[in-house]
Amino acid sequence: MSGINDFAFKIGTVNGTGSASANGLLMKTIFRMGIPVSGKNLFPSNIQGLPTWYEIRVSGEGHLARRAEFDLVVAMNPASYARDVTEVRSGGWVLHDASWPLPDKVRRDDVTFLGVPLAELCNERFQGTRARILLKNIAYAGVLAALLDMDLEVMDTLLQETYGRKKALLDSNFEAVRLGWDHAREHLPSPLPFRLAPMDATRDHIIIDGNTAAALGCVYAGATVAAWYPITPSTSLVDAFGGFSSKLRKDPESGRDRVAIIQAEDELAAVGMVVGASWMGARAFTATSGPGISLMSEFIGLAYYAEIPAVIFDIQRTGPSTGMPTRTQQGDLLMVAYASHGDTRHIALFPADPGECFTMAVEAFDLAERYQTPVFVVSDLDIGMNDWVVPAFRWDDAYRPDRGKVLSAEDLEGMERFHRYVDVDGDGIAARSLPGVHPRGAFFTRGSGHDKYGRYTEDSEAYVEVVDRLDRKIGGAVERAPVPEWVGSGDAGVGIVTVGGCRGAVLEARARLESAGIPVDVMRVRAFPFGPEVRGFLESHERVYVVEQNRDAQLRSLLALDTGFPLERMTSILSYGGMPLSAHEVIAGVAPAPTATPSSDPPPTPDAATPASASASVSPPMASTGRSPS
Amino acid sequence: MTHIAKPPVRHPELPTNALGLTRRDYEGAMSTLCAGCGHDSVTAAVIQAAWHMDLEPYRVAKLSGIGCSSKTPTYFLGQAHGFNSVHGRMPAIATGAQAAAPDLTYIGVSGDGDSLSIGLGQLCHAIRRNVNMLYILENNGVYGLTKGQFSASADLGSRAKRGQVNLQSPIDPVLLALGLGATFVARGFSGDKAQLVPMLEAAIRHRGFGFVDVVSPCVAFNDHEGSTKSYRYTRDHMAQAVETDLVLPMAEITASYDPGAAREVRFPDGSAVRFRKVPEDYDPTDRDGVERYVRARQAEGEIPTGILYVNEDAPDHVDTLHMVDTRMVDLPFEALCPGSDRLQEVMAGFR
Repeated sequence: MSGINDFAFKIGTVNGTGSASANGLLMKTIFRMGIPVSGKNLFPSNIQGLPTWYEIRVSGEGHLARRAEFDLVVAMNPASYARDVTEVRSGGWVLHDASWPLPDKVRRDDVTFLGVPLAELCNERFQGTRARILLKNIAYAGVLAALLDMDLEVMDTLLQETYGRKKALLDSNFEAVRLGWDHAREHLPSPLPFRLAPMDATRDHIIIDGNTAAALGCVYAGATVAAWYPITPSTSLVDAFGGFSSKLRKDPESGRDRVAIIQAEDELAAVGMVVGASWMGARAFTATSGPGISLMSEFIGLAYYAEIPAVIFDIQRTGPSTGMPTRTQQGDLLMVAYASHGDTRHIALFPADPGECFTMAVEAFDLAERYQTPVFVVSDLDIGMNDWVVPAFRWDDAYRPDRGKVLSAEDLEGMERFHRYVDVDGDGIAARSLPGVHPRGAFFTRGSGHDKYGRYTEDSEAYVEVVDRLDRKIGGAVERAPVPEWVGSGDAGVGIVTVGGCRGAVLEARARLESAGIPVDVMRVRAFPFGPEVRGFLESHERVYVVEQNRDAQLRSLLALDTGFPLERMTSILSYGGMPLSAHEVIAGVAPAPTATPSSDPPPTPDAATPASASASVSPPMASTGRSPS
Repeated sequence: MTHIAKPPVRHPELPTNALGLTRRDYEGAMSTLCAGCGHDSVTAAVIQAAWHMDLEPYRVAKLSGIGCSSKTPTYFLGQAHGFNSVHGRMPAIATGAQAAAPDLTYIGVSGDGDSLSIGLGQLCHAIRRNVNMLYILENNGVYGLTKGQFSASADLGSRAKRGQVNLQSPIDPVLLALGLGATFVARGFSGDKAQLVPMLEAAIRHRGFGFVDVVSPCVAFNDHEGSTKSYRYTRDHMAQAVETDLVLPMAEITASYDPGAAREVRFPDGSAVRFRKVPEDYDPTDRDGVERYVRARQAEGEIPTGILYVNEDAPDHVDTLHMVDTRMVDLPFEALCPGSDRLQEVMAGFR
């Protein structure tokens, strides 16, 4: 049950009114109080005027996956009152702006309504429409600070850090916080029974989103060329790369950038520029989302076949087609694994959080250059755009990039002949030369049929020799790719395989199932192709569940395709309504009610107090908890 | 068709350039195009221009898309790195490559299908960015490899080999480039090498996008009566709009021109293109004027050729990126990776 440092609340506002600042302030205050916290921003594909929500979960135990059961709902947007009020748990609280009466039809008998005349208070205190709207958000932060027992000093410090030099702004923000705080302390039952108590669990931690982390990883990996086309939810990755580069990549003498960032005309061109830059030996990358991968597939096939490195960040969003651009999903797993026509297979890395976005960005460049092939870093909107509390990143100064087999001018000078695609070392990887280095290194890079000497061919044997080597080469990548994460003793009857951002919910579910007497082992795959240990895990568990966020059980298909393990021996637990995964969805899949284990989260039912009702098909062996919007 | 190497037979007295190389050293593999294809003449012109300019072959990057035209980089500069990319997307490869390695000479060869249909967008954006390269559009009005469909440059009313009449208005590469603000716009004819070679050379010396539309007839599918891209039609209708000389940096200026008529546009390497004979009131740096002139001449049924427009004042793509001028791959890792101490500072900003 909810209690001290264990609760979740949700704030409904209008987008474009500055609520993001207030919500960020709340999350960061809790973080600075040393308490594990997560924030999920549910925003519309819109700039101003539509409903938007922010969910904050506080967990002293460190379970930071989405929790869909809210103890408190802050209803600041009349347009979404009705829906927001349904989302609070029975016995919970609703904080609303009492400047206007709450419509009777949204009232519930099983929750407590806390009204604060925020608009009135702000209209009396502040001048100007825009200031009143913005500061009303800061005022509700003040109310929440009182209700949840936040440390006001921490909040003041944060405001000072944000507005330090803008005195007028700082003063009005201070005032708005006090306005809310004082009103709550005077008129409301504050603090509430669930509330905050300072801890020391976030020392050496940071708050960061995955896109920013990935961008920092690209800086540290030595990436020098980025080409991209704006698309939600990947845009902030390249924005952050530009921001870091302007500070960390200036040539001190010339003042020029040790980086080229090119905004392309579309994704086809973006990835083409990456391929062109990689051809010249630069560490180059692009960031996009599913629709971008669809467009890039043509060049991805060329890079695979002509053996040119490329790093591609896929920040997945809800598909198909344009889908729901501001909702999350893991719907691109099959697409990235085999992107482009013909026989292809690509190396893919699956970060679970911003920490891995940072480290895997670096690994992706090493793998791309080592195997001379495109490498995907498959993140998603939840990881990429939401704020996560993770351990601060570390860097080993001994790291040197793995440039793979690149011949220098001296190497080429000493060779009698250079043939681009001859497998001299027997590992499937042929040495490459870079343009303009030595006359002997010249060859024709092409996506058309070529023999091992790099020459155009339509000869069957010569063609087969090259594509067979390519298959060996990609298969060999398991030797250097990140190994899966294992949690558990290894001899539990239940094994859960999962991927990426499902990690938090799955580990929370595992902890709850274990405490209910159901031992569970978890394996989170971190790279494709899969190594032998993946098949080993599947074979060594009596009941295997595959937890992922898409309708079609794509990870399960990939496991079957790549390991040969029978598809029918894996049961899928699927969530694909666009929301980050919650532990209760996993628990419901493993131990369906009525044998459900004690949990503060009820298993989803058609009437579940969530914005989306459960409506996915359940057909064995696909025990689906997928949800679609009502 | 597989790769055919050229037999290494050399005439002992071939002239050499400043690097001691003969024209044969600038050749590539044997052409597999049809006998009489205009593209082979363009290839010969590229070889001649590169030899004449003393380009180090291995310091040249040659690129193409897909189609008959895009096969041609195989046939010149065998010691240059080549990139035969995907259909219509060569500009993206060139753009990225140049950002990573701005020190090489970039030569791109495309066709009217590659540049004006599937790759129209990429061409337009390469022009907008002013990517520093020679971009040859081998223009024959027809899809050759797929046997004779009209391309987007086919003129209204022109006839295909099987008699169909083209009813769609053409995209004119020269007017398109002028409209988009290209910084070097020229049109040549594969059958006029004397005009074409210095034109290609000037486009390479130009800092920015050197766009050369070359009417290059397709003997297999578009060289018949009723075609407006045939050898005969082009010969009959082409009109040298401007006459130019290429003035090399070290060349002695001996020719005596009427100072009033001659006009020079200077390239960064010190060379210049001198407009020797231009129509009255023609200013090769006045974009609107050139566009009006070309439009008017074409309305009269002429195919105006020559170096039509030059603008040496615009920044090229690499200039606009505000990047270092070294090759990215040559930057030492220490200059790229900020290190652990700096990371601690960065981390402090996220607490």
